[in-house]
Amino acid sequence: MLGPIAGILFDGFAYGMLLFLLSVGLSVTLGMMNFINLAHASFGMLGGYVAVTLMQHFGWPFLATLPAAFVIAAAVSMVLERVMFRRMYRATDLDQTLLTIGVVFMSIAGAAYFWGTVQQPVAVPDYLSGAFVVAGVNIARYRLFLIVVALVIVAVLIAGLEWTRFGAQVRAAVDNQRMARGLGLDVDRAFSLTFALGSGLAGLGGALAIAMVGLDPGFAFAYLIYVLIVVSVGGLASIGGSFVAASLLGISDMAGKYYVPQLGSFLIYLVMVGILMWRPTGLFGKR
Amino acid sequence: MAAVLPPQAAPHEFLRARTRWHPLEIVFWLSTLLPFVVVPEYLQLASQIAIAALFAISLDLILGYAGIVSIGHAAYFGLGAYTAGILSKHGIGEPVVLLVLGAIVAGVVGYASSFIIARFRHLALIMITLGICLMFYEAANLAGWLTGGADGLQGIKIGPLAGTFKFDLYGKTAYSYSLIVLFLCFLLARRLTHSPFGLSLRGIRENAVRMPAIGAPSDAHIRKVYTIAAAIAGIAGAVLAQTTSTVSLEVLGFQRSADVLVMLIMGGAGKLYGGILGSIVYMVARDQFSGINPQYWYFWIGLMMVLVVMYLPNGLLGGLEKLTARWRRSPT
Amino acid sequence: MSETVLATRGLRKNFGSLVVAGDINIELPRGARHALIGPNGAGKTTLINMLTGMLQPDAGQIMLEGADVTGLKPAARVHRGLVRTFQINTLFPRLCAIEAVTLAICEREGHARNWWRRLPVYRDAVDEAYAILASLQLGADCTRVTRELAYGQQRLLEISLALAAKPRVLLLDEPAAGVPRSESSALFQAIAGLPADITVFFIEHDMDIVFKFASRIIVLVGGRVLVEGAPSEIAADQRVREVYLGHGKHG
Ligand SMILES: Nc1ncnc2c1ncn2[C@@H]1O[C@H](COP(=O)(O)OP(=O)(O)OP(=O)(O)O)[C@@H](O)[C@H]1O
Ligand SMILES: [Mg+2]
Repeated sequence: MLGPIAGILFDGFAYGMLLFLLSVGLSVTLGMMNFINLAHASFGMLGGYVAVTLMQHFGWPFLATLPAAFVIAAAVSMVLERVMFRRMYRATDLDQTLLTIGVVFMSIAGAAYFWGTVQQPVAVPDYLSGAFVVAGVNIARYRLFLIVVALVIVAVLIAGLEWTRFGAQVRAAVDNQRMARGLGLDVDRAFSLTFALGSGLAGLGGALAIAMVGLDPGFAFAYLIYVLIVVSVGGLASIGGSFVAASLLGISDMAGKYYVPQLGSFLIYLVMVGILMWRPTGLFGKR
Repeated sequence: MAAVLPPQAAPHEFLRARTRWHPLEIVFWLSTLLPFVVVPEYLQLASQIAIAALFAISLDLILGYAGIVSIGHAAYFGLGAYTAGILSKHGIGEPVVLLVLGAIVAGVVGYASSFIIARFRHLALIMITLGICLMFYEAANLAGWLTGGADGLQGIKIGPLAGTFKFDLYGKTAYSYSLIVLFLCFLLARRLTHSPFGLSLRGIRENAVRMPAIGAPSDAHIRKVYTIAAAIAGIAGAVLAQTTSTVSLEVLGFQRSADVLVMLIMGGAGKLYGGILGSIVYMVARDQFSGINPQYWYFWIGLMMVLVVMYLPNGLLGGLEKLTARWRRSPT
Repeated sequence: MSETVLATRGLRKNFGSLVVAGDINIELPRGARHALIGPNGAGKTTLINMLTGMLQPDAGQIMLEGADVTGLKPAARVHRGLVRTFQINTLFPRLCAIEAVTLAICEREGHARNWWRRLPVYRDAVDEAYAILASLQLGADCTRVTRELAYGQQRLLEISLALAAKPRVLLLDEPAAGVPRSESSALFQAIAGLPADITVFFIEHDMDIVFKFASRIIVLVGGRVLVEGAPSEIAADQRVREVYLGHGKHG
């Protein structure tokens, strides 16, 4: 009786951690620059394809592909930020939306061109596959691994934001950008670093995601919606908010699929619209 | 010319000139009749273009004029299409009646949603418009008994138009019908944009902060235009259902919302004809490239969106206007 | 003393720990030409934001012609005749000047709900808009797009928009901000020429202008009213000299 519930909680939480990694970067960059980047999940997809390619064509071990996914997604995002996004910070919501949807379309088509539209096969190393049972709950090793990675990253992010100089700059820029600029802070540089970091985390999330949810060119759009839900429900620039929102979303998605599969994703959308109507700035957002 | 007028007449003349029909407008509408004689084998496509243009005009009212970003406008298109499709299976055969019913259902839902829409800005607004559309998509998917779910609505029976004109295989009736509906809705939209209400919408787009400071009820204006736009989108959807005799889930899809955005922005938002021009270019291009994998097609669409946003802020029509203005200014 | 048109009682507002309004009590009689002065960051704009309903006060009341309007929305206050201008141009960049002012008049007259009749049909509204623009030397440029107007003209359009709402109380937030001194005097001349029953409350940094056009001056420092009085009293006040006049030259 307790088994299914605990199992759903565990699986849902693991799924939520995946969503957290995919979305936390967008939450922070949106809070800093108000730049609506709908292409964020495309960096996740890029990370996924980097991992797949390195494993299949270059024989890299799975764990080694993770940092590579992070670095390449971060580097590509930095280039795009320089040539495109940077010019759009003061543009209207509409222009930002359109530009980044355009990038999503291009990324989906690009992925289809290079990797085809089929699902990518992924082989997780032996020590991460399989499951064990604790108190009647089936614990998949891979999901446990995901949770551990995500928790470590949460801790690093919170500590970094709290105690490093860069973190202080980011906080100042989110708090009051005008004041931060007035104090002589290079907000643009802080932003482009944050942007790269956030996209890198999405890339890492994407690499970790494929073993759990698969990978095809539809990823950039399918997960964009989840990412946006996490960000808008969690509130902008709130790591804690993203964490809670992602966990809730992951768990309710799992629970929904288990208990009311006939409702599909309807419930998730309904809850999102409901929460936003109740609190337009999200659960933890201030603005 | 303005110099001979007394000064206080100048603004009247200026404002009146804006509402007057330009000769090019008349030429354009006459040329919409050309497909009947020039490319009769493409009348089905022409009909699809007219429907897309109508949908784009509806989005233009809220996005181009009032400045409200929606990435879920397909919700109302789909509602109109399903309303017309489902009711036609239950004995309502007259296309015009179905059209009106589609408009009413979409308009009522649009009115209900408008209370939410008017309250939000920025990311929350984008998410709400997307969320509402996704909800309708999922609902249509789940209510298979009513909508046919993922298989699409089967067995639509559309009677002859006005009891006389049957929808033929070549699309003669279809294009005539779509074109008439497009033109009538365009006339309505044109009146609206030239009215004091239309001016207030542009005020909201230009500066939402100033509007309350001059005593304008922005929320009420937004609710009104959103309802009208939803009804027009519903009409477009209903016409699609009738002229193609099918309704699939895709009428509610994100792709459709994104496509109409692309058409409108590419053509030029906030000038009605922009959406029409964008639909023509987009639909003809898609038809020409239909051989290539749709996945790749979206690469070019994406690239076009990026280029338009970065280099052509007022769309094709805005670019053309600029060119002609430059051409006029330089003598000879 | 004539009747009070606009008054505040114990108005308070904090931004975090920063007190921008600490117990503000002011009274403006009908037809007043009062000035609000104070150093940068004193909370002058914040006070106007609260008076017009763009910012909710933490505590206190705002009375307009005897009625409590504290809970009213900005547009509702405009309908009651409480109208403002903005320190930083808050215009409609892609509307022509005549369109912008006609828009404000149509909103006032309730024409803005009409979505079927064409705008030029409302001749009276257009005539009135033109008259307002002409009275502020914008008549000749009324068909130009706002964002292409010179900065000084945009400041005048700020005021035109407010006048189009037929104010009974007009709050002007540094109407001459950024305008060269030679032009600002003309601008205030136009303001001084407004009908005598309009109550005008203006913020201005240039003391010469303040002394010339204000019949009474309120000095705001650190979110509190330091002193209020006739120009001669303010000019002689030692505390004002210290916190404000001794502060260096503004404008
Ligand atoms: N929305 C806000 N959030 C936080 N602080 C604010 C906000 N608006 C204003 N402030 C602060 O409140 C103080 C008062 O601001 P206000 O704009 O009212 O000053 P002011 O008297 O109009 O100054 P100035 O002469 O420069 O126009 C300033 O320190 C300003 O930084
Ligand atoms: Mg100020």
